[in-house]
Amino acid sequence: MTKSANGASVIVIGAGVTGLSAAWWLARSGVDVIVLDKGVVGWEASSRNGGGASHYQSPLFDEEQRLWPMMDELLGYPTEYQRERVIIAVSERQLHHYHYIAGMCGDMGYQVDKIDAQQAREMVPLAGDNCLGGIHLRFGGHANPQRTVQAYAWATQDLGGRIIQHCPALRIETSAGRATGVVTPQGTLSCDALVVAAGPQISGLMAPLGVDVPLAAARAEMIVTEPAPLMRWGGVDGNGLYGRQTLRGNLAYGGGPHEWLDTDPAGPTARPSTPLARNLARRVAELLPGAAHLNVIRSWSGIIENTPDGRPIIDRLTHPENVTIATMSGVGFGLSPASGHAIRDLVIDGQVSFAEIDKLALSRFADLAPDWRSQRGWEALASAA
Amino acid sequence: MSVADSNNEGFTGTDAHAVNGKLPGADAHYDLVVVGAGPAGLAAALEAAANGASVLLVDEHPVSAAQMGNDVPYWFGGRMTGAVAAKARMIEQVFMAEPLFEQAFDAGIEVQLGVYAWGLWRNRANLGALPEAMLGLADEERSWTVGFKAIVLATGARDLALAFDGWAQPGVMGAQGLHALLTRYDAFAGRRLVVLGSGDLALDTAQLALDKGLEVAALVEVADAPQGDAAKAAALQAAGVPIRCASVIRGAPSGIDGVRAAVIGPVSGEGPGETLECDTICMAVGVVPAIELLDVAGGRIVTDSARGGHVPQALAGMALPDVFIAGDCAGLGHGREAAAAQGRAAARQALGLDAPALDHEAQAADRLAYRQAWLRALVAATPDTVHVCQCEEVSRADLLGVQPPQYLARPEKLGCRSLETLLHDGPPDQEQIKRLTRACMGACQARRCREQVGMLLAMGANLPIDQAPRAGWRAPVRPLALKVLADWDEAEAMREGWDVWFGIPTQWTPYRDIGTEREAMHREALGGNMHL
Repeated sequence: MTKSANGASVIVIGAGVTGLSAAWWLARSGVDVIVLDKGVVGWEASSRNGGGASHYQSPLFDEEQRLWPMMDELLGYPTEYQRERVIIAVSERQLHHYHYIAGMCGDMGYQVDKIDAQQAREMVPLAGDNCLGGIHLRFGGHANPQRTVQAYAWATQDLGGRIIQHCPALRIETSAGRATGVVTPQGTLSCDALVVAAGPQISGLMAPLGVDVPLAAARAEMIVTEPAPLMRWGGVDGNGLYGRQTLRGNLAYGGGPHEWLDTDPAGPTARPSTPLARNLARRVAELLPGAAHLNVIRSWSGIIENTPDGRPIIDRLTHPENVTIATMSGVGFGLSPASGHAIRDLVIDGQVSFAEIDKLALSRFADLAPDWRSQRGWEALASAA
Repeated sequence: MSVADSNNEGFTGTDAHAVNGKLPGADAHYDLVVVGAGPAGLAAALEAAANGASVLLVDEHPVSAAQMGNDVPYWFGGRMTGAVAAKARMIEQVFMAEPLFEQAFDAGIEVQLGVYAWGLWRNRANLGALPEAMLGLADEERSWTVGFKAIVLATGARDLALAFDGWAQPGVMGAQGLHALLTRYDAFAGRRLVVLGSGDLALDTAQLALDKGLEVAALVEVADAPQGDAAKAAALQAAGVPIRCASVIRGAPSGIDGVRAAVIGPVSGEGPGETLECDTICMAVGVVPAIELLDVAGGRIVTDSARGGHVPQALAGMALPDVFIAGDCAGLGHGREAAAAQGRAAARQALGLDAPALDHEAQAADRLAYRQAWLRALVAATPDTVHVCQCEEVSRADLLGVQPPQYLARPEKLGCRSLETLLHDGPPDQEQIKRLTRACMGACQARRCREQVGMLLAMGANLPIDQAPRAGWRAPVRPLALKVLADWDEAEAMREGWDVWFGIPTQWTPYRDIGTEREAMHREALGGNMHL
């Protein structure tokens, strides 16, 4: 595997958190890797999310849990990773729901403590009299998405990997049933193997190869406040919200209805936020009444792709057999230490060494109806011009 | 149900958790909404009312003492008197300071003072969920929305801030902040000023201060000669105010009440500094068009040195369908009369009436070059440990080193990273660098630092100053408390359809349970939600 200006052993399309983690894992194994991105590293949903790292439903979760506490050291750059989560309820319905989750996690062997209202207020000083208790996940955690994405990028470069920004993949070249290169505005880059981790743009890149990757993109929003006094557990959410207190003290929360969109093959032309900020503000004020006087200083939105069942696709294809596709279906950030490992394994070894992920194969959608988006009510609004 | 079957069965054709139909329409409606009651906004409102339109005219002044403390919307530098704490009294003060307000009332215009405009939304690319275009408003107690057939943005300009040693002290402020406190608010707490700059903005600022009975110790100018109108400069000099050219501020010694002097010296850096006693240092190097609302609505923003830096691509008039701009926010340099003419024309266009053609003659002023000359001189005179971002305490060294904030450890490898290494990956991107350094991420919403950070990044990247990167605005474009921003009167559809994340029933099933009886049990119990 020699390093060429005109290509690399492995090209990764998409410098989101999944693609960058894959590139980092490949570079750690001594593979010459290039990551291409239409813009700046981590520009889309990878850096516009709640930073959660507690996705117990995933087959990659144990590996994620193993890796996160080591990531700052492994990458050499800070991720702001913090352990554990606290989820608090302000209605009986929420409390019942959280208790069910506690049971589900307990069945899987993950420790969850139920906490009563007083314990919740002690653990979460900004919680109020309306808090009815909640659950304390003695696993999982959260990190700073932008800092983490940049850490993957820098760590990849430190290992000799190359990251080419502002260089969209226009087309995948194939020959004799294999992907041989990627066409970009700066020329064609050749490769021995390809990882396609381009978020909503995966479908458009793969369609010309006769590979149908069913994805629907949607827009979701978050708000952030000025800093509050630091709480012992920053990973606090509930009341219909996901989010966290950053190490700076800001409260960053999202949730609520999403808007399904058509996907622009060249990437989103806009990421508008809406008056939904008011509904988010209300829920944060209810969740953390002690912070209700704090100013909201920003809102933002991100565009996220989902598969028809909301589960990831991580699959090395049979045709072309040197192409691995990866979409985490809206839950990619927290799992990234493990998803990159899985992709590395698929690219190099053809199978994942640490988990069984057969149910994440693309083939599960082989019989998907062509109108799957309208079946689900996932079509874009005509008024989004 | 097998895994495969679940792909195509059990769907209703609607997504209960999508935004469709959940965002409510505006709380009130007008033919024309005008934001900003300066010369352009007042003229627009009066013209519209004279033509029979229902008009809402909102202006955020008087802002609360808390907003002033955050330097929102102007750089007030903590130099306001206690009078600003009494908002009701201040509303009366601001109302009385502008005779046209009474005329506006008489014309049937709904005038709302002390009301913040914090968001502007219309359906566009990747947003189709709005039932109509809307403006977000708020006072100190609550927020609400208004709808319109058209809107005129006459939001004026805000202060340009540049860092120097001591600039975070009370008493260091901007020209817009000083003008507001001296005129509309009548609540300025200083007595003796040093004014930075010598263009018309600085000359007018110094003259206003003299007219209000204040002392002006000096104007300080980095260029070799005064920059503004010669007659204005001569008038100041005749009144005994020196204009110290080829000079720059080196620092601002301070005491318990903030600034107590300005230390100035030659731009060359040679020679001892000279201490000018003062309680206020007013930076009057420039103002910046207030483009926040147009930016969040999706209006195109370009760089135009003559018009004031980052400005709407559109000139005064229509900037987006049903969104019109007038006055300083559409580009600087036209004066009150021209701003009023723009306001009247915008109102007529907005109402579909014949509108006079406006004189859009190009200006010669190279405002960015002047700002850059000041920034260069200040950089040379200021240690790189001075914070360019006050809120997040980011020094110039850390900004250009792309280093993380002080509360994070800095592992060895970070020492090898800097703006220079980041530039190998592409042009400087202020959004990226602000997230890494936290510069521009603070409670003032980057009012004090966004221009200088962009300029420093351009200079660090050896780019022409008109290629300085820009950090976009995000709603709310005024800091608003959670409890104020909150929609406490939420529609049922929003409450019922709320889900933490997409609400895809199969998304949260533990992997081992996929395709088993337990999957159905979880779906039943969780209803598709991860955490309600």
